Amino acid sequence: MNEDRPFFSNLKCRECGRLYPKEAIHICEFDFGPLEAAYDYDAIRSSISRERILSRPQTMWRYREFLPIDGAPTVGAQVGFTPLVKADRLAAALGVKELYIKNDTVNYPTLSFKDRVVSVALSRARELGFKVVACASTGNLANSVAANAAAAGLRSYVLIPADLEQSKVLGSLVYGTNVIGIHGPYDQVNRLCSEIAGKYGWGFVNVNLRPYYAEGSKTMGFEIAEQLGWKLPRHTVVPMASGSLLTKIHKAYKEFIHTGIIEDQPFTIHGAQASGCSPISEAMKKQVEIVKPVPKPETIVKSLAIGTPADGYYAIRTMKDTGGSAEDVSDAEVIEGIRLLAEYAGIFAETAGGVTVASARKLIESGKIPRDESIVLCITGHGLKTAEAVQGKCGEPRLIKPSLREFEALVADEVAAAAN
Amino acid sequence: MPIQVRIPTPLRKLTGENEVVEAEGATVSEIFKSLETTYPGLGERILDEQGAVRRFVNVYVNEDDIRFLSDLGTPVKEGDEISIVPAIAGG
Repeated sequence: MNEDRPFFSNLKCRECGRLYPKEAIHICEFDFGPLEAAYDYDAIRSSISRERILSRPQTMWRYREFLPIDGAPTVGAQVGFTPLVKADRLAAALGVKELYIKNDTVNYPTLSFKDRVVSVALSRARELGFKVVACASTGNLANSVAANAAAAGLRSYVLIPADLEQSKVLGSLVYGTNVIGIHGPYDQVNRLCSEIAGKYGWGFVNVNLRPYYAEGSKTMGFEIAEQLGWKLPRHTVVPMASGSLLTKIHKAYKEFIHTGIIEDQPFTIHGAQASGCSPISEAMKKQVEIVKPVPKPETIVKSLAIGTPADGYYAIRTMKDTGGSAEDVSDAEVIEGIRLLAEYAGIFAETAGGVTVASARKLIESGKIPRDESIVLCITGHGLKTAEAVQGKCGEPRLIKPSLREFEALVADEVAAAAN
Repeated sequence: MPIQVRIPTPLRKLTGENEVVEAEGATVSEIFKSLETTYPGLGERILDEQGAVRRFVNVYVNEDDIRFLSDLGTPVKEGDEISIVPAIAGG
């Protein structure tokens, strides 16, 4: 760690470029644009190398020069470096040549990519002196804040829509956090949190700590590049809720190129949404940059049900700049996507994963992703978290007595068929 | 005819800490011109150099975002309420 010359220099308005100190602030005082972490890339370039990265433990913190904290991470030191799986059977099923799954269903400790953003946000929250941390969440973020805050000894409050999946509610309660269910969609939870953050002085990971939090998502992009052998996939498909993850994977790819970790090379980023809440995809398809809010999202994909996506505009610009497209899929297609991924790659993803797989299939079929180019699908959360979405949609076990005769009668036909 | 305009917290320094102020005009654009005359500096916080509403500022006439009405040309009448609301982060 280069203590004399900090890599992380300022917060900077994405709209007007005004610089701000590294505090718990998230919007520009002048034009209300979002603040983003800015770095001294010359300092990073002179410090980092592939060898340096390879010498470090296999966690997301091996890219620490690109993350917005001052000292060593104190929360979530073991998060990240999830498998990049070459999925040949799924590739054949989708009719493409080279397909990989970035498998954040097994991210540590709460089985979603949100552990990446939370470890940065809570490490920074500690540096800034917060004793209470909080979030507005569609579920995964709440689980991660609850778990990581518990491990770190921080008090936490998680605010969620009252109608979330049972596993996601339980997956927060178990850590002894304060779970507050709000009667209303995520966007109203979010609005309430912005009022609470101002009033109580808590560290809201995705409100006043958002510039720090959001940067954690970049590590998914860094890992993809490293695990592919220090190169980028030609196509990356990313699920979109606020649109933040998509923009940060783009930022990661650009930063690796900018600092000489990888060579300059073409890449395209595509976004995926559920049709019942697809404001970014709709705007992209209509070729407009104004994201029309969805007042009442109606989809089984609750983790992506954000009607007023904070980074919608930037997600659209990222897709356009890289030649990408957006796609959205129905609830039935989401279930198909989940089953495809499970049956052909052995990975059980939550509903957002079904969105990504099903949207990728559409992008391939429409020719927007050529069949002979490399593809990475970002799978962001584990299927057990949204089990009720597929309950009864995957068949039922066949029940017999503990009798060999019954078993043989049951399987005789299929065993014979398999032998032929 | 005066129209009521709701001012968000970050802009209240410019309105003498008033949460609701009055302005004259038949369209949102005229209202903003009227506001700038009364409260110098307010205009550039809401509108960019090209005179369009800044990307992370939302303007509502009653409950409707003017981007889905007639933008700055959206007509207003007595009894309407204009709200200026910075975009919210999150997610």
